[in-house]
Amino acid sequence: MAEARVNDQMLTEWDGGALPYAVGHKKLGMWLFIMSDSLTFSALLVGYAYVRLSSDVWAKPFPFYPSIIFSTVMTACLLSSSLTMVMAVSASERRDRGGVVKWILATIAGGLAFLILHLIEWNHLIGEGLRPFTVPAEWGEGASPLFGATFFTITGLHMFHVFTGVIYLGVTAARKRATHEDVEISGLYWHFVDLVWMFVFPLIYLLSIRY
Amino acid sequence: MVASTEHEHGGGNTRLYLIVWGWLIALTGLEVFLGYEHIPLTIMVVVVMGLSIVKAALIMAYFMHLKFERLSLILTVVPALIVCISLLAIFFPDSLRALSLRAFR
Repeated sequence: MAEARVNDQMLTEWDGGALPYAVGHKKLGMWLFIMSDSLTFSALLVGYAYVRLSSDVWAKPFPFYPSIIFSTVMTACLLSSSLTMVMAVSASERRDRGGVVKWILATIAGGLAFLILHLIEWNHLIGEGLRPFTVPAEWGEGASPLFGATFFTITGLHMFHVFTGVIYLGVTAARKRATHEDVEISGLYWHFVDLVWMFVFPLIYLLSIRY
Repeated sequence: MVASTEHEHGGGNTRLYLIVWGWLIALTGLEVFLGYEHIPLTIMVVVVMGLSIVKAALIMAYFMHLKFERLSLILTVVPALIVCISLLAIFFPDSLRALSLRAFR
């Protein structure tokens, strides 16, 4: 179906002159970036699982308030900001530029809420005495000090992605020449950041609840 | 240049996105609820990872629009990721070995 007749020769889509994926090169590039970045996060999460499995005692530092409440609300913020991003892409499909800017700003608001809540949560844990290679003594006798290393690395890298995403979305909203494809690609990145949190949140937070 | 591909990008409307979002929120709520059910860690990991994979699939299919892309793109992105991530599991026997070494100290 995607064959083209060039110089009287039938070419299949893989011979060039066609878009085999039916997406532009920028969008394909973002998909490839997302693949490589998900491998980075998978490696970090597997590293965390490795360390946790090979430790005698793993700290369970997260009380219902503030940690679990905060992280659940943060999850809802990210999920809702994904929804507003989808609305931005729909608006851009209708060539409604005002709508695009409005929905992207709503998405940025969700991202900023996530960042602020997460920083408060970090501040609470650091206040309790958590450091990259030290866990507070009250968190359990002989608890592996590597808890801090895994926690700060994984949530820190994710937080950096959210921060980058907020800037990226801001630039996309501000650029008057941003095409529909540009909006869609920034959306892909934002949904990916949301997707990563869907694994970080249960693995880091929900498996270490202090009852 | 891209305009020629845009007509294939239908699918999805506000109602569908709202339903997907509702499911994502509900599954998150279920995960948090299970977190307080004192389930043994191994079972909890399996259940929570299963739910997270469902959530990730929902996000990729609907929010990232993969369901409405051409099959060649899906076949390029998804199987490679699944295989590469599964390969990382090769480390787990070693982490258990490290634990058993420690027990003799």
